[in-house]
Amino acid sequence: MSAKPTSAKSLGLVSCHDCRLLVPAAQAGHGRCPRCGAGLHARKPNSIARAWALLLAAAIMYVPANVLPMTVTSALGTVQADTIMSGVIYFIHSGSWEIAAVIFIASIFVPLAKLAILIFLLVSVQLRWRWRPKDRTVLYRMTELVGRWSMVDVYVVTILVALVKLGAVASIEAGPAAVFFATVVVLTMLAAESFDPRIIWDVIEEDS
Amino acid sequence: MSIEHDLQSPHGLGRPFDGRSASAQCDAPKRVLACPNCDLLAGVAGEPGSTSLCPRCGAVLYRRKRNCIDRPLAFSFCGLVLFAIALTNPFLAMKSGGFVQETTLLTGIIELWKQHLYGLGGLVLLTCVGIPLLQLVGLIYILVPLRMRLRAPGAVPIFRIIHHLQAWAMMEVFLIGILVALVKLAKMASIIPGVAVMALGLLTFVITAAMTTLDPPLIWERLDPRR
Repeated sequence: MSAKPTSAKSLGLVSCHDCRLLVPAAQAGHGRCPRCGAGLHARKPNSIARAWALLLAAAIMYVPANVLPMTVTSALGTVQADTIMSGVIYFIHSGSWEIAAVIFIASIFVPLAKLAILIFLLVSVQLRWRWRPKDRTVLYRMTELVGRWSMVDVYVVTILVALVKLGAVASIEAGPAAVFFATVVVLTMLAAESFDPRIIWDVIEEDS
Repeated sequence: MSIEHDLQSPHGLGRPFDGRSASAQCDAPKRVLACPNCDLLAGVAGEPGSTSLCPRCGAVLYRRKRNCIDRPLAFSFCGLVLFAIALTNPFLAMKSGGFVQETTLLTGIIELWKQHLYGLGGLVLLTCVGIPLLQLVGLIYILVPLRMRLRAPGAVPIFRIIHHLQAWAMMEVFLIGILVALVKLAKMASIIPGVAVMALGLLTFVITAAMTTLDPPLIWERLDPRR
């Protein structure tokens, strides 16, 4: 390796997002990868604006997702609405703290941490920080990796709705929070996908 | 060897790779790839089965695979069989008092649909059934001809779609969902897991295996329309 790190961009090359072919930027001008036909961009287009828009939408949806009921249980004439948090508390009281931990981490902690990390990364690249680029890249990889696990609660609702259908005795219906919650997961996944971690490194290369 | 030098080498800069001269199925030249996370150019080479990490940010640059066509193909066929089992056999049944409620994998999705939650039902259907199934069928469609040194029509856009859908196949998350639902209902009724649950558990491993034994940069070289 040469002493100074060389990025594809600094050599005038564009790496295709889909098939990773390196294309000279001059050829990339007309837009399509000669090998796979994907649109070519040195960096994801408008990545900061897109990520902000998706994150703000996710943050707004996060409120009804936690306040409104996730499931509505009717059993022998009584109706009970459960939010995500009341489900966690129920599991703590009934002694299954492992399940309580799974739901708390997947449904409350991960979406919040994801929002916080992505906002932090966006602010850091907009303020052109040079601070610990490697660690910030690792943070980005973590959000990409764990985001999907938040879908657990949506699947639990799907299974409960299918199973608990005993007419007047007991039935469970999906509450409005299920939709908001699924939206939060999808929006944060899209936000992570539209953020381009390579811009963390661009500032550092411009210095050297 | 410097990166500038690697780029001059015959296979460096996205030059078409002549697969016909390769005797083994997975022979690959030394490649130069840009890190997806930090854009650093690095030469990746090494033994099949080895992993190249980005020297600057630590991202996985490239994992070179052994038997890069036969293995994903075998897992894909296995996955299709397990999918057929998971979709046609009883999934979970709940017994409470005199009532027995039997379900299949799709019952929950149909129930969400009946409650007019079309988006939610669609999302669950896509992430747990549609996308994983599409990935398996797509892989088989591309890899069977490649094995015979042919290129399936439309293989390039299909392989791109498989790449984009990767993040949205969430069967392993669904498995954890089953576990949580079982614990939640354990006090209320007895739950009988059906054959489909076992099939789904195996399927999760098989799909993951199919995707991780795949060597996308190598498949791209073989699908290259300029060749």
